[in-house]
Amino acid sequence: MTVPYEPPATEPAPTPRREGRRKRRRQRDDVMVPTMEFESYYGRNIVKPAPWKAEIPAYLFLGGLAAGTGLLASGGEMTGRAELQRNARLVSLAALSGSTAVLVKDLGKPSRFLNMMRTVKLTSPMSIGTWILTGFGGFTGIAAATEVAKMVLPRPAKAELAFILPAATRVSSWGAGAFAAPLAAYTAVLLSDTATPTWHEAYRQLPFVFVGSALAASGGAAMITTSVDECGPARNVAVGGAVVDLVADAIMERHLGMLAEPMHEGRAGAYLRAAKVLTVAGAALTLIGGRRRPVAALAGAALLAGSACTRFGIFEAGIASAKDPRYTVEPQKARLAARREQQRQEAS
Amino acid sequence: MSLWRNQLHGPTDPAKDAGWEDPPPRKGFFTDTSICIGCKACEVACKEWNQLPMDHLGMTGDSYDNTSALGASTWRHVAFVEQDAERVEQARESGRLLAEEGPAGGPATGPRTPVALGLPSLRPGLHRITEQDVSRAPATGLPLTGPGTHVDIGPEATDLEAAEMAARQAAVDGTLPDFRWLIASDVCKHCTHAGCLDVCPTGALFRTEFGTVVVQADVCNGCGYCVPACPFGVIERRDRPTDANGERLKTAVKNEGVAQKCTLCYDRLEIGAKPACAQACPTTSIQFGDLSEMRQRAEERVEALHTKGFTEARVYGGDELDGVGGTGSVFLLLDEPEVYGLPPDPRVTTADLPDIFRKAGFAAGSMLVGAAIAFLGARS
Repeated sequence: MTVPYEPPATEPAPTPRREGRRKRRRQRDDVMVPTMEFESYYGRNIVKPAPWKAEIPAYLFLGGLAAGTGLLASGGEMTGRAELQRNARLVSLAALSGSTAVLVKDLGKPSRFLNMMRTVKLTSPMSIGTWILTGFGGFTGIAAATEVAKMVLPRPAKAELAFILPAATRVSSWGAGAFAAPLAAYTAVLLSDTATPTWHEAYRQLPFVFVGSALAASGGAAMITTSVDECGPARNVAVGGAVVDLVADAIMERHLGMLAEPMHEGRAGAYLRAAKVLTVAGAALTLIGGRRRPVAALAGAALLAGSACTRFGIFEAGIASAKDPRYTVEPQKARLAARREQQRQEAS
Repeated sequence: MSLWRNQLHGPTDPAKDAGWEDPPPRKGFFTDTSICIGCKACEVACKEWNQLPMDHLGMTGDSYDNTSALGASTWRHVAFVEQDAERVEQARESGRLLAEEGPAGGPATGPRTPVALGLPSLRPGLHRITEQDVSRAPATGLPLTGPGTHVDIGPEATDLEAAEMAARQAAVDGTLPDFRWLIASDVCKHCTHAGCLDVCPTGALFRTEFGTVVVQADVCNGCGYCVPACPFGVIERRDRPTDANGERLKTAVKNEGVAQKCTLCYDRLEIGAKPACAQACPTTSIQFGDLSEMRQRAEERVEALHTKGFTEARVYGGDELDGVGGTGSVFLLLDEPEVYGLPPDPRVTTADLPDIFRKAGFAAGSMLVGAAIAFLGARS
């Protein structure tokens, strides 16, 4: 039996207003700027928001976590920290599996996920990202498999595999390490390579925010799972990542100007405020008591939660900036006016 | 990064860039909004030919526009705006400036010689149907005489004078509303540098030999990336309806979960036919043909309107130097683009892609170096 087609209702205009004429909603610290009026078509959005749900910010978080812990695992392997190596590899594989699952679930046709593999397209960050994810996934899969083999196989079996296990460990360590940083950074490109005003304009700083956030989250995950003796690098990574995240975010908001407004309002604002508090608290706890296991675990949890909030906040802020035509029209009008001014100066 | 140059922005022939050998001339629309009557025949013809499902039923309260926007199941959308005289004056001023100074960043076309403002004149040879002239009207059975069909201003007056007299009288009586319509049929712009096509990870979106951009519905996996990539908000993923529990409902609709947009009637073009909307348009507001000719017609029409004093007329799209390398759909607008829900200075996101990748590369490098330092600097 078929049911009558009822597509979801289109996004209602934020508030009904006459002829779409609309005053600037808020006047914060820029009281010297005259009130700007702009025309819109019944307050409707011009660019369309991405049709993505919570799966995508979850993917951004999990992908970052997988990348960061992948890097920690490689470092652990290269510096002889066996516990850090094992735990980080397992966390990395779990995060990677989760991120791939949400990525597939978000597709309109999940059964066609493999269509991503029918081409390599340099102009599509999603195509590049799929290949990065595939490469990283392959090495991380091998890495985690070697760890599981070491844990569960009886001694004789391990002896029989002795010719391959060390090599697999070493190769997967280098391989996952090579793909980790691109995996953490490309998700920023994914968001910025759109017409979504806040995401696009943030492209200079967003990769640094995401890389910092990935490092903070992975440092936190290592601090929860691994004994403090082997966690020295994880603590460094956690604090360093948190600082990069917070500093890049501050620079980004300054650069964005009016396009930073969605980052302070509504759900995005709530997420990003929580992210700041959690990230600062996590980094501070790491510095103060990172060598005591309970404190380290608490700090790690705060950093993980902070990273997740950062991703959800940035995601929601972009969606909000696409839904309000003001963020599409006003920067473009300003761009036109600047070009016009330049043209006049050149003419005179 | 010379690898990217002219592939991501600037004037180019997109069909040749896409690898077509000896493609036919690039095709496009010219949508002249000054003669659109808002009949929505284009919307209907498009739905009918492309077998697009119903969107939503209901009244928006936004003038006569109950379609709302372009989307997965709406590939032509007629916009209605109601304006007063003050706004018309503003539009006239901004259009005049645009003509004098040229598009920002482009050459000026120079002011056109305006003549006296007035009512649009009827073309010679066209008659307003009055009591005196019903001989060629089809026998419909409808009354062709009666109120509104005849103005009594004496036997010597022409039809044109009669119309002008009636308008003046209405202005004096206060029965002529301070009001004008903007009516515009919007459609996919088929950009020279199409953001949707650039970011598509599966290759489902492709460039046809006509220079247009088309989705292959059987390849698209519904990632939805093209949706936020379009600077005009045209392409959309056709979502699957769900019930209250979030379970997907079974419907008779094709291509649910994949991206959809105007194909410029690729199937019709291949057999030499016009797109359905252009075929159905009763006023030639929607014209179809070689893009170079469409651009020229748009320029000429703006020129003609300016000469008559309607300086609010301006060309939208089609400028090779704009942010998308010129659109394949050219429009004549009577006000600022944003009034119609169009972006005032669209720019394809992938024009910045080399720089976006560069910044991400720095970030990734920093991450690697940072992690190395974290390990080298760790005491335990």
